[in-house]
Amino acid sequence: MSRRPVMSGIEVAAMVSRRERTATQFAASALEAQARCASLNATLAVSTEATMRLAADVDARVAMGERLPLAGVPVLIKDNIATGPDLRTFGDGLGFGGATTCGSRFLETYRSPFSATAMAWLLAAGVVPIAKTNMDEFGMGSSGENSAFGVTRNPWDAARVPGGSSSGSAAGVAAGIAPLALGSDTGGSIRQPASFCGLVGVKPTYGRVSRWGLVAYASSLDQIGPIATCVADAAACLEVICGIDPRDATSAARPSPELLASLELPLVGLRVGMPRQALSEANHASVVTALDAAAAALKSRGVEVVEVDLPHTDVGIAAYYIIAAAEASSNLARFDGVRYGRRAALGPSDSLETLYSRSRAEGFGAEVKRRIMLGTHVLSSGYYDAYYASAQKVRRLILGDYEAAWARCDAILMPTAPSPAFAIGEKTADPLAMYLEDVYTVGVNLAGLPAVSVPAGFAGEGRSRLPVGVQLVGRAFDEATMLRLARAIEQTLDLDLVAPAVA
Amino acid sequence: MNPPTTPTKAEGTAAASGPITPSQVRRVARLARLDISEAELEAVRGSLASVLGYIDRIRSLDLAGVSPLTHASAAGNRLDRDEPGETLTAEQVRAMAPAMDGPFVVVPKVVGGGGEGSA
Repeated sequence: MSRRPVMSGIEVAAMVSRRERTATQFAASALEAQARCASLNATLAVSTEATMRLAADVDARVAMGERLPLAGVPVLIKDNIATGPDLRTFGDGLGFGGATTCGSRFLETYRSPFSATAMAWLLAAGVVPIAKTNMDEFGMGSSGENSAFGVTRNPWDAARVPGGSSSGSAAGVAAGIAPLALGSDTGGSIRQPASFCGLVGVKPTYGRVSRWGLVAYASSLDQIGPIATCVADAAACLEVICGIDPRDATSAARPSPELLASLELPLVGLRVGMPRQALSEANHASVVTALDAAAAALKSRGVEVVEVDLPHTDVGIAAYYIIAAAEASSNLARFDGVRYGRRAALGPSDSLETLYSRSRAEGFGAEVKRRIMLGTHVLSSGYYDAYYASAQKVRRLILGDYEAAWARCDAILMPTAPSPAFAIGEKTADPLAMYLEDVYTVGVNLAGLPAVSVPAGFAGEGRSRLPVGVQLVGRAFDEATMLRLARAIEQTLDLDLVAPAVA
Repeated sequence: MNPPTTPTKAEGTAAASGPITPSQVRRVARLARLDISEAELEAVRGSLASVLGYIDRIRSLDLAGVSPLTHASAAGNRLDRDEPGETLTAEQVRAMAPAMDGPFVVVPKVVGGGGEGSA
């Protein structure tokens, strides 16, 4: 029987719009849930006063007759998405009005002077922000263990990771704090935690959602996207945050798609490809079962399932970690101890060089340092052609794999991750083992395509079960078809997606 | 930040294969402006060697004739008219800096000082 951890955002908006309940009531419940779930460490900055003021503001707008698609919907915001004092009643820049830490000591006391476009557009649509969420530092991690502010725990099993890097956004929604969260996805950081927490997570097409106000990790890969308890909520959120933003030169000149309406279109005639490479023997048995269940669900709805070939899946990890690290080493050069963020204490004879290198050594965690150094190495004289130039060529091959597949299918079905949520500490000693976790997600970012993770089964049973998601990849700018297929999987499988501890 | 210092000839021509050495790690840390203590060096070298050992597989592929993909969007960047628009105020920028002296951002002495960053 289908169950969700919290009432859907669409239902909340309908009730608030009909004035059956108020945004203020939903906000108060969300704040209570946030306080109850403190042990998960999913949230960072919380401002009860600011949240309640914003909720009252939404109620006033509804009372004035304003039509708000997400009226009163509580949302969580990954802490690399700027929330500044221009958020109407966040005028003081306190609370979480300015806090945008990226899970880093470097930005612990930083206060953003502005808000991200995606955040501003969500506010205009009537959402009520509840908290900023914990994350792997600067988006660098696949487990939620790389935050300067502590590990985030999975509501399905507190001894396991929620996935990452959008760890707190996924854990917070799965714990029932809010029906909707914003995450960001550079190599799987929305989809993998969604899979680990029994949620729907969407990485939109590169250029679909403005990145203005998203702290950059790897600019040719980063996208903001929603994490939700159901496909319809993710579609509703995407409709709001998609669109052309003059402030982001990579924002595509495409109008926002009508995703919610397209969920109801028929499925007959659609073809879904399953890549041979996704059937690796390294996959956990529950991942194979979930994939089979999703394929069977689609077939039962009249969708044809065909085999496709993505021959460069394996080498994608190497290309991804070269390109992402190279871009990170460049993007994170801005954290210099001079303009913003952490500044090391210096002696009278210390140089500007020392200010840079000491501030960065104090401010960054081990994984961020590792990726900056890896990126610096692959870009350095004598190595550039062997690593970075080769990785860009592999990127072309990966895009070519997908383009060849589109001749045979409308979307591609594969695992989101090779396993369900793993134990906290299991992979922290071995960065490479952690990187390999991303084998099915990074190709989508390298090719700039949209993808969604949707729950399709469980590992284990009863109170010890863990959710397992599968991934649907769409053609560029065709989020609509992949979401329609994800919705078919969701409706057909009809899973109980409430974590036992939350129920 | 300043552009990285030009590596000496010996560093610049370091062998482009084989496990990363402690001196290469020191060089990369300096280029990346990251203080690394001698105590941390071996752990950092070990994890970089492990990751480089894996990504080295990319160097054995035959990529002749493949053109590099330099942008994730086929459309490339969208160009706008060059018109003045809303931006951060000087006051907002100053408020972000961790050390100020009146209207000035404070940095260590860069001219005539004794530090390695001095001109």
